Amino acid sequence: MTAVWVTVAAVGLATMAIKAAGTLLVGDRTLPPRAQGALEHLAPALLAALVVSQALGGSGGGFAVDARLAGLAAAAVALVFRAPLLLVVTVAAATAALVRALA
Amino acid sequence: MRHPTRPSGGPGYLDGVRAAAPIGIAAFAFGLSFGVLARSAGMGRLAPVVMSLTTFAGSAQFAAASILAAGGGVAAAVAAAVLLNLRYGPMGLSAASTLEGPWWRRALAAQLVVDESWAIAQRDGRIDRHLLVGAGLLLAVGWVGGTAVGALAGDLVADPASLGLDAAFPALFLALLAGQIKGRSRLLAAIGGALIALALMPVAGPGVPIIAASLACLVGARRS
Repeated sequence: MTAVWVTVAAVGLATMAIKAAGTLLVGDRTLPPRAQGALEHLAPALLAALVVSQALGGSGGGFAVDARLAGLAAAAVALVFRAPLLLVVTVAAATAALVRALA
Repeated sequence: MRHPTRPSGGPGYLDGVRAAAPIGIAAFAFGLSFGVLARSAGMGRLAPVVMSLTTFAGSAQFAAASILAAGGGVAAAVAAAVLLNLRYGPMGLSAASTLEGPWWRRALAAQLVVDESWAIAQRDGRIDRHLLVGAGLLLAVGWVGGTAVGALAGDLVADPASLGLDAAFPALFLALLAGQIKGRSRLLAAIGGALIALALMPVAGPGVPIIAASLACLVGARRS
């Protein structure tokens, strides 16, 4: 039981520190233009990496191809037809659920 | 940089709540399954809820609980979770300029940064504080509430995967990514991020591909 609480405390404190580091270090200072330019490109870089890792990531690392990929493909189709966010997410979940139910 | 006067048409906290609602259901379902997994991993009832409240990052919590359950030890569990959460360093830095108030308020608001709230709060290459806080609070309520129900009451619903809810997350990120691709340099950053993640996923441990992919943002450091 002690090991559990040590883990919870260590992970919690480390994560809180990581999340707060940016705002505590930078404060309300304006970053140099090049740094600001890089940060404005963080969203596309990380979102693309998150799409890849959430759709293809295996539970212990590596790749795992499963119904998530069918869900993502359905979401892409919905996006082409300019569906709203709620519909895109719902279509993805419903497609993945359907593929799993049929498999 | 502060925004003392927001344009009256700017988004408010409720817009963030509304934008996060579709993914809030998935956050609750996965919080539920984390509560169930953590309890079966011998974490008890209270520790999983405390962890969801303080760590508030799904993948790291699942990793830590699984490693503890497999007898991997405290050091391995903490190392894996911290590695998975390193991406919140650059994410927090990109949110830094929009948070307001004394240091403790900014540090508190930064705790609401998770992948989904950070992604939803993107506006024109910057983070919108109202969207971040609104979306983050809704996701926190879903995640912590789900964990509490799962740890106390056990499995109430089916496995989230059988409902396809694990496919909701990549779909959300793809939808938000589509809105981000404006101009060549952002497209390059997206392609770079995806390629770095793809290249590292088979060889590096979980967490490493994502934090390495954040380096693709450097294509934006060339000018402006």
